[in-house]
Amino acid sequence: MTNRHPEIVLPESDLNKNLRHKSRRGFLLGGLAAVGAVGAYKAVRLSHTDNEVPWPQRRVLDLNGKLWRSYLDDSHLMPTYPANQIGYLKPNGDHGLDDEPDDQGNPPAWDGLQLESPGASPVTLQLSDIQSLPRHEMTTKFCCIEGWSVVQKWTGARFSDFTRKFLPPGAHFTDYVYMATDGEDYFVGLDAKSALHPQTILAWEQNDKPLVYEHGAPLRLIIPVKYGIKNIKRIGLIRYTNQRPRDFWYEQGYDWFAGL
Amino acid sequence: MPFSIAPFLLPLSDASVTVWFRQTKERLDMPKLVLKHLLAIRWFHWVNFPILFLMIWSGLLIYWAYPIYHLGPIQLFPQWLFAMFGMKFRLAEGMALHFVFMWIFIVNGILYVAYTLFSGEWRYLVPTSRSAFRDAWYVFLHDLHLRKEMPPQEKYNAAQQIAYTGIVVMGLGSLMTGLAIYKPAQLAWLAAMCGGYEAARLIHFILTMGYIGFFLVHIGQVVIAGWNNFRSMVIGWELVKGGDAQ
Repeated sequence: MTNRHPEIVLPESDLNKNLRHKSRRGFLLGGLAAVGAVGAYKAVRLSHTDNEVPWPQRRVLDLNGKLWRSYLDDSHLMPTYPANQIGYLKPNGDHGLDDEPDDQGNPPAWDGLQLESPGASPVTLQLSDIQSLPRHEMTTKFCCIEGWSVVQKWTGARFSDFTRKFLPPGAHFTDYVYMATDGEDYFVGLDAKSALHPQTILAWEQNDKPLVYEHGAPLRLIIPVKYGIKNIKRIGLIRYTNQRPRDFWYEQGYDWFAGL
Repeated sequence: MPFSIAPFLLPLSDASVTVWFRQTKERLDMPKLVLKHLLAIRWFHWVNFPILFLMIWSGLLIYWAYPIYHLGPIQLFPQWLFAMFGMKFRLAEGMALHFVFMWIFIVNGILYVAYTLFSGEWRYLVPTSRSAFRDAWYVFLHDLHLRKEMPPQEKYNAAQQIAYTGIVVMGLGSLMTGLAIYKPAQLAWLAAMCGGYEAARLIHFILTMGYIGFFLVHIGQVVIAGWNNFRSMVIGWELVKGGDAQ
């Protein structure tokens, strides 16, 4: 084996000359590398932004999303929990929930769910249409992008069952789903693989009680393979699409995929 | 101490042994330059330093959004601290830094470990002696001037070996717990291994505090060890004065 830690033995004056030479060279190269690294970092941070994020970082975040989407599988599930693990979920985020209650204090009326797909005319569905689908219950962890999480029980219909039943036969849908509140004050973009994941449901019950307005009555999305920001409340519009749709928090500088 | 069996193989006179000892002693007494830190190791070290700092900084930007950890009654990283450093309301920015620069941290760490394994440098870095922990304690006492002698060592003393190996294990821990928080559904098995999503987040946080502690001790030791030692981490070569050759 070669000696990786060689020694140089020289008379003292030559040794010092040699060391000075090595020092000059080493610190010069080190300094250049440091300046280069700071320059590269500054260049990234000061480059023009793509939805609030410097574009080189946005490129990497999108690649991360692609990587995790390709790894995502119907068998990769958010763990489920016993009922005694259920905690309190605080209403967090009211974008698109700005309708006033009526005179009796009841939540405002809901105009049904508009369904749009490429190559087909829009359809309006009522809650009863969705509740006619096979009922699915699950007790899963709801993870907020802020860092907290809480176990909740949700009841609804699988979005995959919904798609099978209501996607018009002629629709050319492959890649994405867009969901928005009525008036599109809040909107999320989802990749098809996550949307059709077996734990993705359109929910109307939370902890065995009908959804309350603050949590998205009468119908919200529960998608445990995504952060809470994608779990849109009070859905008024579902659009199947082949272009990556807009997303509320993506436009504020968050990751588009936002998968767990 | 370099050791040669040559004098014992040759037909020897007392005079030739004397000459050999004299020559060896002279050689050991001469000052010399020793290549202490290999080029690759120096790169891994200096790449890791700013990246780790950036990971801690962006991690704190993320932590701000849910800063719940306490040490008894004392809140760690209270709001005024975030306010002082302008770190509030920067969750999206923190995530956009953390999940980009993590790649450099991960790749650099893997390359470092692979390099030390394949080059054999791990032999200097990993504590293999059975008395490593006792020796590390003696080093600690020596550093506090409570003990005169240092235990015998090779390139690194036992305390350094434990610290430099521990920090790599911590890095692996940060990677595992980080992935568990990042993808608790797709890597549910990993989150379970870490004791769950919340436990993974706590461990990830504690390890980060560990890096800050390591950093402070490390800087203190580098200052005490002096310029010749610091310079060797930049240029690779260290001046070894006569008489104290390793």
